[in-house]
Amino acid sequence: MPSLKDLKNRIGSVKSTQKITKAMQLVAAAKLKRAQDAATAARPYAERLAAVLANLAATTGQGGPKLLTGNGSDQTHLIVVMTAERGLAGGFNAYVAKLARQKIQQLQSEGKTVKVLTIGKKGREVLAREYSAQFAGHISLADVKSNNFTDAALSVGQMLTKGFENGEFDVATLIYSQFKNVLSQVPTAQQLIPATAPAGAPAIDLGGAQYIYEPSEEAILETLLPRYINTQILSAMLESSAGEQASRMTAMDNATRNAKDLIKALNLKYNRARQAQITKELIEIISGAEAL
Amino acid sequence: MADKLHFSLVSPARELFSGEVDHVIAPGTEGEFGVLVNHAPFMTTLKNGVVRVLEGDVVRYRFYVRGGFADVTPAGLTILAEEARNLSDANAQEIDVEIEAARIKLLELDAGDTKRAVLEHQISYLEGLRTALAN
Repeated sequence: MPSLKDLKNRIGSVKSTQKITKAMQLVAAAKLKRAQDAATAARPYAERLAAVLANLAATTGQGGPKLLTGNGSDQTHLIVVMTAERGLAGGFNAYVAKLARQKIQQLQSEGKTVKVLTIGKKGREVLAREYSAQFAGHISLADVKSNNFTDAALSVGQMLTKGFENGEFDVATLIYSQFKNVLSQVPTAQQLIPATAPAGAPAIDLGGAQYIYEPSEEAILETLLPRYINTQILSAMLESSAGEQASRMTAMDNATRNAKDLIKALNLKYNRARQAQITKELIEIISGAEAL
Repeated sequence: MADKLHFSLVSPARELFSGEVDHVIAPGTEGEFGVLVNHAPFMTTLKNGVVRVLEGDVVRYRFYVRGGFADVTPAGLTILAEEARNLSDANAQEIDVEIEAARIKLLELDAGDTKRAVLEHQISYLEGLRTALAN
């Protein structure tokens, strides 16, 4: 049986923990709003670009650029794992890491060579235990401010296109957390290189007319593809950041509620112990008086 | 809406314009071109320059875009710009400050840094924007 003082201390410490989780929840909620706005604002561009690419890819046959058709091999895979810079976000980072691990194991069992590029500190920490020998690089998101991921996405994109041109890998797959809504973020694997035209992109009805390309179809594809890859990375970053905040908000909300329950239980215990002590003292006084 | 052209201008950051207009003039890499309603399907890359949106013969909006694509379909014209700004919102002094900041950043980078090319593009875009604003 803990003493009254112990109980009092514990209630105090749970209360201050609750204050912290409550504050974190509020901060995450505010950040989530901003991250969601940024993700929504970026959507039209990504959608239109995807439609344009789908359109172009449909008319280009086999002779297209390598970024679209691949380099004919799929021996070396690059897995790009996108997680958050910080923890305390429920299972957010763990789910992404889990999917990444499954994917790596599956590819390795097929006899492929797997390289790993990590974006965000948490994924790197988790995967370092098993796959540190396969790490091909790391991009930190620590200095990204106010959801401005443009530079970070650009450097990832450049790294990927350059690596692909140099033959460092044949296929690049991005694993990130897709933001469905505040309560659900779905870890998703998306192939970046060779670029895949999005399924379900609306086909554009040309009414039988032929597209005119200026300067040429190939030149347009050549400039469009790196941008398409950058845009995919950028929207993944924005979604991942919104998902991180949403996940942290939910996790902290649960923690705050847990703390509340805990405080209630501890208070009950404290009151019982206090009452027991008073009763004990009374019995001592009465039995002492009777003995006289 | 047979007599109006649907035009939308989007940059990675946001959608700057979307609506029905009469005429759009955009800076293609092979030369400036105008798009009216019922234009043939057409796709081109863009260079830095001014996109003008006309209603009747009057220029209603001017946007300064950095590279990107223009895509004309029967549904309308879509411009996907790397970066775009509405010239009526832009402020010459602010742009001067941005150019200065970008130049300082450029000086801090090593000669082989891949970010140099990006910054140089940015500076030439801002300088073009500055000139467009002066006119």
